[in-house]
Amino acid sequence: MSVGEAILWALVKFAAIVLGFVMLVATVLTYLERKQSALTQNRVGPNRALLFGKKFPLSATIGQILADAVKVLVKEDWEPPRGNKWLHRIAPALPLIAALLVWLVIPFGPGPMPGTEGEHWFQIANLDVGILWVLAISSLSVYGAVLGAWASNSAFSMLGGLRTAAQMISYEVTIGLNLVGIFMIFGSLQLNDIVWGQGELLWGWLPKWGIFVQPLGFVLFIAAAVAETKRAPFDLPEDESVLVGGYFTEYSSMRFALFSLGEFIGIVIMSALTACLFLGGWQIPWVDTPLNVDGSVAYGWLTVLQVLTMLVKTLFMVFLFQQIRWTFPRFRYDQLMKLGWVYMLPLAIANLVITAFVMYLTR
Amino acid sequence: MATVQVKRRELTFGEKIYLPEVLKGLKVTTRQLFKNLFTKKDIATVQYPEVRREYPDRFRGRHRLMHREDGSVRCVACMLCSTACPANCIHIVAGDRGDDTVEKYPVSFEIDLLVCIYCGFCEEACPCDAIRMDTGRHPLPSFTRDKQRIRKIQLLQDGGPSIAVQGGKGT
Repeated sequence: MSVGEAILWALVKFAAIVLGFVMLVATVLTYLERKQSALTQNRVGPNRALLFGKKFPLSATIGQILADAVKVLVKEDWEPPRGNKWLHRIAPALPLIAALLVWLVIPFGPGPMPGTEGEHWFQIANLDVGILWVLAISSLSVYGAVLGAWASNSAFSMLGGLRTAAQMISYEVTIGLNLVGIFMIFGSLQLNDIVWGQGELLWGWLPKWGIFVQPLGFVLFIAAAVAETKRAPFDLPEDESVLVGGYFTEYSSMRFALFSLGEFIGIVIMSALTACLFLGGWQIPWVDTPLNVDGSVAYGWLTVLQVLTMLVKTLFMVFLFQQIRWTFPRFRYDQLMKLGWVYMLPLAIANLVITAFVMYLTR
Repeated sequence: MATVQVKRRELTFGEKIYLPEVLKGLKVTTRQLFKNLFTKKDIATVQYPEVRREYPDRFRGRHRLMHREDGSVRCVACMLCSTACPANCIHIVAGDRGDDTVEKYPVSFEIDLLVCIYCGFCEEACPCDAIRMDTGRHPLPSFTRDKQRIRKIQLLQDGGPSIAVQGGKGT
């Protein structure tokens, strides 16, 4: 495959994954979040914006989404007069760019077996650094929040931005250390290899998923992932009862929407990552991926099922993150820092040490 | 008042490590979610303009002016209600009725609903059972302030006949 072809395929796959799945889920999430929160709290939720003013299946969903889109596009785009105009304009795009770039390394279906050559049809780019790319790029999204906060020239924004920076850095440490346990067990940084590794069985019956070999790591990862996506109970950066809107207090119209879109895509990313690292990715439990005689993957109807499995696992994690968001009250800021540094970091290190010890004993 | 020392319960180990409690919380919210997906039993929302909640009998809503058996307004423009009104929202212009027993009648009777605090002092003060607040309705929204100054005609439209006489007889 020539370089041009590779770039073309990457663009096609990027468009398919981002427009066909990520943007779709993120857009529907803007509606589903309100509906889910409403039903959880014994309310009805948005039901007034009907498509064509008629009631038929999904008319409320599509109508609400369209109404939101129109509203967000035609609203006044206000800029704080004393802020830094250019940074204020650029800032909302940064989290979105970071959130979209992460999808480069997420595998949606089986690539070649670890150690063999072949095409990665369900992954945009199989980078050698793999998961480190995710960590590196998603750390960039904090710049959007901090720059936007600073450029707004507002005390609320500034406090929100500072909180974002502190929180993201604190919890990235935990996320990183948790992933080390996964790397040690599956012996690779590439998500494709990690998911292949999860297709094996432990003691002949238990799928070797991350959640079973790293249960503590799974719990810590979920908690840290919620903190990374800045959602309740860790939504201190936007703390509306204290900071009005946190780092996007001074944003309106589409720039505000970009921030929330970046946040929603962040949730889908964290869900896809959790599915890949801890829930076996596209692996269907107890079903082996069929191979050709030469060791390459035989694609067929099972591959379609596997991709669907990956999507279902991702959507389940999205549901879980939403449910967590609407169940727990917000932490106080000192509690947040204490939880991150005093409880979760030592636990992550302990998890790492135990993993190393067990691996040494069972090698 | 003595200071009350509240005895805080020590958290058990299970509560301190969060996880079991977190799962319990998730169980409750997820149960409600699925329950509300399929039934409407627990939903507390009233779809307001279409569905209206019954108000209690003593709810003080928009005012109305009662009229006599012959259809004339019961109000004798005694100004007791506008005097009692703490918000000064009742404006009455009195006129001569041309009757020896009932001397006056309101030429204009205006209530500014934006100023009214719905305290009910006017109907308490009224000696003639002329003004009542028992319509059970809210003031409706409008685009101009002027629409919120309701006049005698509008007040009488809601009104019914009252045959109350001095001393609390009649209704």
